[in-house]
Amino acid sequence: MSLINPGFGLIIWMTLAFGILLFVLAKFAWKPIMAALKEREDSIENALLAAEKAQQAMEELKLGNEKLMQEAQIERDTILKEARKLKDVILNEAREKSIMETKNMIQSAREQITTDKNAALAEIKNTIASYSISIAEKILREELKDKSRQMAYAEKLLKETSLN
Amino acid sequence: MAQHDHKNPVDKLEKWQEEIEQEDFKAGEMIIEHITDSYEWHIITVGHTHVSIPLPVMLYDEGEFHFFMSSELHHNNGTYQGYFVSDEGFNSGKLVRKDDAGAEIRPDLDFSFTKNVLAIFFSVFLLGFIFISVANSYKKRKGKAPKGLQSLLEPIIIFVRDDIARSSIGEKRYERYTPFLLTIFFFILINNLLGIIPFFPGGANITGNIGVTGVLAAFTFIITTYSANKNYWVHIVNAPGVPWWLKIPVPLMPIVEIMGVFTKPFVLMVRLFANMSAGHIIILGFISLIFIFGEISQGLGFGVSIVSVGFSIFMDVLEILVAFIQAYVFTLLSALYFGMATEEAHHSSETINH
Repeated sequence: MSLINPGFGLIIWMTLAFGILLFVLAKFAWKPIMAALKEREDSIENALLAAEKAQQAMEELKLGNEKLMQEAQIERDTILKEARKLKDVILNEAREKSIMETKNMIQSAREQITTDKNAALAEIKNTIASYSISIAEKILREELKDKSRQMAYAEKLLKETSLN
Repeated sequence: MAQHDHKNPVDKLEKWQEEIEQEDFKAGEMIIEHITDSYEWHIITVGHTHVSIPLPVMLYDEGEFHFFMSSELHHNNGTYQGYFVSDEGFNSGKLVRKDDAGAEIRPDLDFSFTKNVLAIFFSVFLLGFIFISVANSYKKRKGKAPKGLQSLLEPIIIFVRDDIARSSIGEKRYERYTPFLLTIFFFILINNLLGIIPFFPGGANITGNIGVTGVLAAFTFIITTYSANKNYWVHIVNAPGVPWWLKIPVPLMPIVEIMGVFTKPFVLMVRLFANMSAGHIIILGFISLIFIFGEISQGLGFGVSIVSVGFSIFMDVLEILVAFIQAYVFTLLSALYFGMATEEAHHSSETINH
């Protein structure tokens, strides 16, 4: 029975001791501990949030970069296309121009050749004419060396002319 | 006994019988002696020398203060200034005096600084030292990971805060009650654990003392009642969701609810007291077996000791578990009562119940 007979003195002392303990621990232990725990939890949470934010920003940046890259690629493609087109145009033009020029050159060469040929022919004709005249002169001189022959020939010529 | 005539055979026989009775091992008495409070702290008995710490006895009786050390009782054959320690009945183990009719009566007030009081002060200083040093290391290592004792206690502190206080009381108000819950948790835990240690300064059965558990339960009761809101009292007087004929004309439910207000702390008191005392009684019972069998024959005593020690170790380990469980249960129930007392009314769910 003595087990369930609480001692009066013990109750008083216990109340006193526990009250003091409660006050002291609440003020000097639990308050700073709770504050420190809360502070640390908050800082951890903030750090996690910041990390998440950074990751999000990174992802956005990555997405932006990809977009930029795509745009650049498209632009490059169009530039290349245009360049190719331009090249074709230039080449064609050049080709046509060169063909024309060649044609012109051939034409002018031909003309030159014809002129030269004509000139040469004329010269040859002239030379041949002058040669034949000089040869004829020489022959005549040879044949008309004496007077009889001269007379005979002149006669012959006269005959021929009068006969006509 | 010195004046007895030793040549008288009858006297000789009486003396011999007395000695036999004195040395007779009484397990029940030994166990009760170990788990109840006492006026001195008995540490060890070597041969016939008792080594114990004398403690101050403070009595207020019939308008007079009596102040003396408990060792005075021994020096004066157990009775000092008319007071002696009763050894039977309701007051056994407590100081009493004989009244005119020869019946044992307690002094009016007994403020004695007993063994349990000393043990309580010891554990209070221990707790204060431990937690203030932990608080200091929190200040010193601000924002850093816990270290040493701090890292041992931090999970328990967080457990009490999150799983007991926050989940039972609610996000809004738990911070007000956390200091009290932490204090009772660690007070009960450390005294439970110290109670398992059989040597000084452990060994005092503090949490197995109904006065101590009563004070703890009273703290819970006072805080619950003090912080109770209107909703709590409305629930007691006019419990919602209960048929009207349970309230009028016989207020059955209000009576049950009002009884519940007092049975809750009462149950807290009895549960802790009974659990801790029971564990100590079982361990002491196993130890007693050794001496009971040892009285029959020494060999049997040694034989039984192997089994008894084995069982005692098992019980000690179980007691460590119980120490944690009881600290947890007491704290959790206190938190639940605080939660009930501060709960806000939610009309929406109540109207559905009607």
